[in-house]
Amino acid sequence: MIRKLALSALTALTLGSAPALAAGEGGHIEDFAFSFEGPFGTYDRAQLQRGLQVYTEVCSACHGLQYVAFRSLTDETGPGLDPDVMRAYASTMQVEDAATGEYRAAGGPDHFPPSAMETAPDLSLMAKARAGFHGPYGLGINQLLHGMGGAEYIASFLLGFTGEETEQGGAIFYENTAFGGNVSMPPQLEDGLVTYSDGTEATPEQMAQDVAAFLMWSAEPHLTQRKLWGFVGVIFLVLLASLLYLTNKRLWAPIKDAAKHS
Amino acid sequence: MSGIPHDHYEPKTGVEKWLHRRLPIVGLIYDTLMIPTPKNLNWWWIWGIVLAFCLVLQIVTGIVLVMHYTPEATMAFASVEHIMRDVNGGYMLRYLHANGASLFFFAVYIHIFRGLYYGSYKTPREVTWIIGMLIYLAMMATGFMGYVLPWGQMSFWGATVITGLFGAIPGIGPIIQEWLLGGPAVGNYTLNRFFSLHYLLPFVIAGLVILHIWAFHHTGNNNPTGVEVRRGSKEEAEKDTLPFWPYFVIKDLFALVVVLAVFWAIVAFMPNFLGHPDNYIEANPLVTPAHIVPEWYFLPFYAILRAFTADVWVVIAANWLSFGIIDAKFFGVLAMFGAIAVMVLTPWLDTSSVRSGRYRPMFKSFFWLLVVDFVVLMWAGAMPAEGIYTNIALIGAAYWFGYFLVILPLLGVLERPTTPPATIEQDFKAKVKAHAKKSGPAPEKIPAE
Repeated sequence: MIRKLALSALTALTLGSAPALAAGEGGHIEDFAFSFEGPFGTYDRAQLQRGLQVYTEVCSACHGLQYVAFRSLTDETGPGLDPDVMRAYASTMQVEDAATGEYRAAGGPDHFPPSAMETAPDLSLMAKARAGFHGPYGLGINQLLHGMGGAEYIASFLLGFTGEETEQGGAIFYENTAFGGNVSMPPQLEDGLVTYSDGTEATPEQMAQDVAAFLMWSAEPHLTQRKLWGFVGVIFLVLLASLLYLTNKRLWAPIKDAAKHS
Repeated sequence: MSGIPHDHYEPKTGVEKWLHRRLPIVGLIYDTLMIPTPKNLNWWWIWGIVLAFCLVLQIVTGIVLVMHYTPEATMAFASVEHIMRDVNGGYMLRYLHANGASLFFFAVYIHIFRGLYYGSYKTPREVTWIIGMLIYLAMMATGFMGYVLPWGQMSFWGATVITGLFGAIPGIGPIIQEWLLGGPAVGNYTLNRFFSLHYLLPFVIAGLVILHIWAFHHTGNNNPTGVEVRRGSKEEAEKDTLPFWPYFVIKDLFALVVVLAVFWAIVAFMPNFLGHPDNYIEANPLVTPAHIVPEWYFLPFYAILRAFTADVWVVIAANWLSFGIIDAKFFGVLAMFGAIAVMVLTPWLDTSSVRSGRYRPMFKSFFWLLVVDFVVLMWAGAMPAEGIYTNIALIGAAYWFGYFLVILPLLGVLERPTTPPATIEQDFKAKVKAHAKKSGPAPEKIPAE
């Protein structure tokens, strides 16, 4: 309750101080501290595995993950499932065989099934499609230090249901503070909805962040390698620049000397 | 090649003489690399190398991306995801290519504004300037079509809006639009032809770049003073210049690597910062995004396009004078292309006898205001086209045209420029001495000039 009050107070504050923004987006996104933020951030394997569990037991009933291959669940920098565990997990899913057009149990090379419900969007890229951290002043420094904000959106969305319901044309819509309006997806998370095998208490906050982290991984599976490339490249380029600086200085020294003393 | 007297390649060995008589390619490379370059070039002159690097980077990463990309409307989006997930290093290739376009435009804008400040467009370098503008136009076409290829929501709706501009031309507009799209609306046929042209245009740009370099090698580089290199004799010319290799190659390489370090950090740590999140949603003709925003490098011109709404008096006047042929939409399109056209005409709009802005006190203020104007327009272009933003864009657009069409021609008459140094050598010496004084007392002989 206090949390909700704080949320709505924050929403009111941001709305009040920035009316121009409120007219456009309006939703309030809580800035969670995820392990994969910042230049040194990497995925938390245990969290991704918990997130996979939430996705499987809750989200996958309606949503799909069509760009993610089961085999990628074994990625060392991702969920890091044991290959046998991954295959056993895949075999619990039904996919359409591209050759025969018939449904069969999935294997490692297959992709997750697409959305089961037409109105439920695919979640493979949702964490990037809902990226929103562009500040301060649109300079994007927050993207460097605090991530893109897409995982924050997903977690805020899952926790953002106020309980208000509206009926419109026979369908029920649910008010959501992250969206900043009514959505057709009903609230999902409640205490103890899943049972984590690692003993983590399954509070809505915990589940929301776990599945958001998992969806960030599913949108950007090579994040860790990419940052590694970043360090290798930047260190190499800075060293090269230093050498070129010294070369350039030495090369021009006699020319500048002559100009100084003429 | 250059009009500045300098040493030329002399074949020495038998093999060299044999080849030189048949194809003087070594001589061409030698003369290109050893071109006498003004000693006093400052750090604003490094962006040409950055741009050359960008072109190579985009072509190389682009060719590899094409090996894994599928230019078909139902498969394009998935094939980009295939590149991001399954292709070895594919995520780096694509992020390098996408952000490489941004570096390309960032560099070209600095390069253009450098030319505007130091009067690099002035006689005898008008052709270099115009070829440069053609390169810029080709870059815009390439960048726009490249953004369509991932077939995300912004790809699709960006293509719809931009091709719609051509549809605003009275009479033949709809025919042109349909010809550009290959059909009645953006679809697979659009993707196919954009893919084809996106692959072709970079090579057209490469050809234009060769002409651009040839042209300024013929006239010699401009420099911060705008004073020409003395060409009376080789000895005289050597007082003003140094060969491009090694002096400027090493200097430019140093600057390039510093720029690349920042670029690489952006690619690796915040690669999606300059892209639009909506482009990670597959194109859907039935769902229009709330705000259709082009890439950042188009925003200033996009702002000018949207600034001229039906209630602006020039639009009303144009509408009345053209018997209703020019409506607000068409006026906006004319303004957008006009904003680039006035840049092309700069060599003839600037009437000042002094080339470099360094010696033009009034020009300086107006120039920097133009830079601010450009940034403000970029910001206004990213905002929704309503309320105060349209007014800001309108003021920005008015200054843009005012600068080129009124201020530049008038300044040549009204302004009293200061006197540039007589030679480049003098400027270089003054610069080196000023720098030496600033960086601490060094044992110096008394300057005898």
